[in-house]
Amino acid sequence: MRIPELTLPASMASLLGRLPATPPCWALVTTLNQLKKRDILPADMSLLAGHSFEVHVQDAGLRLGFSADEKNFKVASVGDTPDLRLSANLADFARMMLREEDPDTLFFNRKLIIEGDTELGLIVKNLLDSVDWSSTPLQRFMAV
Amino acid sequence: MPATRPLPELVCPAGSLPALKAAVDNGADTVYLGLKNDTNARNFAGLNFDDRTAREGIRYAHQHERKVLLAINTYAQGGDISRWHRAIDEGADLGVDAIILADIGLMEYARRRYPELRLHMSVQSSATNYEAINLAQELFDIRRAVLPRVLTLDQVKQVIDHTRVEIEVFGFGSLCVMVEGRCLLSSYATGESPNSHGVCSPAKFVRWEHGSQALGARLNGILIDEYQQGEPAGYPTLCKGRFEVEGDTYYALEEPTSLNVMAMLPQIIDIGVAAIKVEGRQRSPAYVAQVTRTLREALDTAGREPQRFSVKPGWTQALSKLAEGQQQTLGAYNRPWK
Ligand code: SF4
Repeated sequence: MRIPELTLPASMASLLGRLPATPPCWALVTTLNQLKKRDILPADMSLLAGHSFEVHVQDAGLRLGFSADEKNFKVASVGDTPDLRLSANLADFARMMLREEDPDTLFFNRKLIIEGDTELGLIVKNLLDSVDWSSTPLQRFMAV
Repeated sequence: MPATRPLPELVCPAGSLPALKAAVDNGADTVYLGLKNDTNARNFAGLNFDDRTAREGIRYAHQHERKVLLAINTYAQGGDISRWHRAIDEGADLGVDAIILADIGLMEYARRRYPELRLHMSVQSSATNYEAINLAQELFDIRRAVLPRVLTLDQVKQVIDHTRVEIEVFGFGSLCVMVEGRCLLSSYATGESPNSHGVCSPAKFVRWEHGSQALGARLNGILIDEYQQGEPAGYPTLCKGRFEVEGDTYYALEEPTSLNVMAMLPQIIDIGVAAIKVEGRQRSPAYVAQVTRTLREALDTAGREPQRFSVKPGWTQALSKLAEGQQQTLGAYNRPWK
């Protein structure tokens, strides 16, 4: 499966942007916590605890804010300056998650924007890279 | 017809277990990795292997009959060198196929403690001539040396012709151009450099500034480069910054390019290079998979029909997308100097 080159239409962004961001954000945080609980996401929470994050899906107009403590990820309103903000279009986020594209490549090509604490960004990137999907039931969906 | 040389080993990077599996699955003969500390030159937060992932990775590689090298390629820092000794002990215990070392003190330790353990001399040792390599062989029974990226192909041949130590060269990846093992630029700006802390331009000193016009990259406050809208960005290492020199602002040291030796594969095989190394333990499994697959195909093709070898456009395309700065160069290999 290859993800086609696409950008969501601007009308979508303005529509989605007006809906509350809580449900998708809640879904994201729940997924992260589940993955962590099952040891699929090998997160060293001591590196993430006390920080705020925002995933900005540009073409969907979605801003998903969350934070971490020593144990879990939590939905949080992160204000204007989260410790780390990752911005990209939906298709590029999907490529990154499915390992079709290397985050560095997207960054070199200016398709992925990293704002805030650079080292925290590196920790998050390396964390996602270290998820071994082949050891999970999800492997069928992931390009491994 | 001349006797055909064996194909060089394809040595690929792994910063995580999925990257290791990607390398093995896509045709690497050998993978190299580091532990989660400053004993290796890619000491990035969240990267590298702990005991569990290292064991699982080595099991996976050996099951597929591939080799695993452990890089312990920083210099043991005064005061407490036990971490480096422990890393060597751990490598021996894990059953890696060889350890890559830069520090001759550590070579001595490894040789004395583990006479059976195969040792490789890291690029960080900065051994550019056969005398240095032969000396390391005499003293520590080094079996392979990785050459710094500063030699021309003729010079690489010179080295190979005068040593029994296997020679490994870089084939693809970001360029650390200057004098591997001797560059102090990162220390100048941040107090930390590859040899001392296992990382050039550590992320904690990097700040991206998103201006309305340009993206600025600062290293410990020093402006390294500014990228205009749509202009490809690079790692904020000092050697690849744009600096003002006598009124001109330009890449005074090196352009942000990547090394790619694909066009030279037949000559590389012909002069007897033992292994070709891919840079990039800091990159993702997606990068490792794409580079490994492409170089595997190119190498096999060059081995089969060296006379008729030409670089396929698809290979170039696949690699140029991944390259830093999206430019590629043959580096020093084809420089005219002798
Ligand atoms: S500044 Fe450049 S040449 Fe020096 S160590 Fe860093 S990457 Fe290598």
